[in-house]
Amino acid sequence: MKIHEYQGKAILAEYGVVVPEGKACFSVDEAVAAAQAIGGEKWVVKAQIHAGGRGKGGGVKVASSLDEVREFADAILGMTLVTHQTGPEGKVVKRLLVEEGAPIQDELYLGLVVDRVTQRVTVMASSEGGTEIETVAEETPELIHKVSVDPKTGLTTAEAEGLAAKIGIAADLVPAAGKLMQALYQAFWDKDASLAEINPLITTSDGRVIALDAKINFDESAMYRHPELEGLRDLDEEDADELEAAKFGLNYISLDGTIGCLVNGAGLAMATMDIIKLYGASPANFLDVGGGATTEQVTEAFKIMLKNSNLKAILVNIFGGIMRCDVVAEGLVNAAREVDLKVPLVVRLEGTNVEQGRKILADSGISVINATTMADAAEKVAAAAAGA
Amino acid sequence: MSILINKDSRVVTQGITGKTGMFHTHHSIAYANGKACYVAGVTPKKGGQVVEGVPVYDSVVEARAATGCNVSVIYVPPPFAAAAIDEAVDAGIEVVICITEGIPVKDMIVTRDRMQGSSTILIGPNCPGVITPEEIKIGIMPGYIHRKGRIGVVSRSGTLTYEVVDQLTKLGLGQSTCVGIGGDPVNGLKHLDVMKMFNDDPDTDGVVMCGEIGGTDEELCAEWIADNMSKPVVGFIAGVTAPPGKRMGHAGAIISGGKGTADEKIGALEAAGVSVTRNPSDMGKLMLEAMQK
Repeated sequence: MKIHEYQGKAILAEYGVVVPEGKACFSVDEAVAAAQAIGGEKWVVKAQIHAGGRGKGGGVKVASSLDEVREFADAILGMTLVTHQTGPEGKVVKRLLVEEGAPIQDELYLGLVVDRVTQRVTVMASSEGGTEIETVAEETPELIHKVSVDPKTGLTTAEAEGLAAKIGIAADLVPAAGKLMQALYQAFWDKDASLAEINPLITTSDGRVIALDAKINFDESAMYRHPELEGLRDLDEEDADELEAAKFGLNYISLDGTIGCLVNGAGLAMATMDIIKLYGASPANFLDVGGGATTEQVTEAFKIMLKNSNLKAILVNIFGGIMRCDVVAEGLVNAAREVDLKVPLVVRLEGTNVEQGRKILADSGISVINATTMADAAEKVAAAAAGA
Repeated sequence: MSILINKDSRVVTQGITGKTGMFHTHHSIAYANGKACYVAGVTPKKGGQVVEGVPVYDSVVEARAATGCNVSVIYVPPPFAAAAIDEAVDAGIEVVICITEGIPVKDMIVTRDRMQGSSTILIGPNCPGVITPEEIKIGIMPGYIHRKGRIGVVSRSGTLTYEVVDQLTKLGLGQSTCVGIGGDPVNGLKHLDVMKMFNDDPDTDGVVMCGEIGGTDEELCAEWIADNMSKPVVGFIAGVTAPPGKRMGHAGAIISGGKGTADEKIGALEAAGVSVTRNPSDMGKLMLEAMQK
């Protein structure tokens, strides 16, 4: 689960991470009032969307007067912000963060991830803040310093201060930077985060170490024990079809092709998308109906796929294990009758009770193109889509 | 021979009184030597019951003392599953196979840290299990698609493994052991570990490995294969068409920071001499060709 920068900063502040004084705003007037309340002579007006790269897209502006705050808030609120992470369609800005402008001295990078190889949390720090860490990793990997954290001890003072010194933080600020890193690690650990990035982490000319940005993702599997985070979910930032699918226990992801796919199992679902591409067509979605889909789930899956105006054909690929092919076939027949199926349907069934499943489809009278292997199915669906 | 499990394995089902545990224990007992292999079940506070003809104990320690079980399979719900792994490890179980999907990553970090220095082998979590055809089935895979034979299979995914097994069986290629290592980022055996076991197994002649996007496990395995593998390997990587930043079902199947793409993995495997196909319908055929060389 992803949250907004201002929400991330609020969580970090609870743990003692120093963040700029700021307020989330939903209107221009609110933004001006927030700047007035914060005081000072400089403010930063930041678009709040889940994607990164906001500054380059024109979603972050520094204002030197309250009039400028008004001007920038007015420009950013409601704009469609396009960044390298939003895709070409962009994202409409509905929330702002207004913050005090900090006197930046150095911009640094701090990030926490779960490392699959060491099977621990890794803290990464670099003197090269403000830029994409992937670029730093590629061009100057020696400038990224890492600590693999022992889950029994957490990030120790020595480790944190060692990292702070390595990325060039002045000696008198090292204790403050170390404390910030330890607080960030504790927040990451306590809240079951899967990723946390402070980019940039800054030192200021008046001797502070501040988290100027905050990006935090959480482990979906651990959300059951964090009811306090559930309210931070911003449904505007999530794909409506994906949310609808999730309600029915379906794992659905929208893609930009024309072939709808309904598959059981994540690996087989990806392999099905791949083979569609191999035969010259392209998938409209990833859809894993899981190990024990019901008739209702299959019907809902069809409804969601059919909402897509680009859809030209549907490929159902089921390898029955626990999930029996006859049950799937019944679900397909019911779904096809309930929804108005205007595109060709290619079905490939294999595995448990496959003969009964094929018979149910054949006897149903619904128009189905049967396929034997995955290759056969992909070839037929690509041809059907091209003809449609 | 085979790897990890065989007809002499003695299995305890953790979470046997739950719906899932009961269902799969029933089908596993019905497969090959299952009746002799499945000797115990564990559910806290339910000791003394008999489920599917198997005695239930309160703890793995008790089950082990009473039955000598040396392999555990876990169907415990996600909030309690990591603790179930810990319990099996502490009881000295040799092989722990965790089927449960959706265990918090943090719990697995702590559990894997606890396992340092332990001789217990963990498979999963979020995996279909392990099967040595015509001997023993531990997990949720459909047993009947498998045949006894000399091809090893290792995969991160469930139904994709069934797909490759089905292709192999239909081409007359039986399997020595099929291992589903699961789709979670922090887990037990990786491709590399299983590949080493197959290389050392005198009854395995070749290996099919199915990987997917996310992480670098396939790349690490490829490096090892290049220098050490003495048997033909056929590979397939799912997710060539998966967009970056999107989690494709499995918690571990995500391209992040430009890393873990299918193309990188395919390149690494090809460089290591693995026969990689981009067509998942051809995995079996490619293995057959490798065997006929």
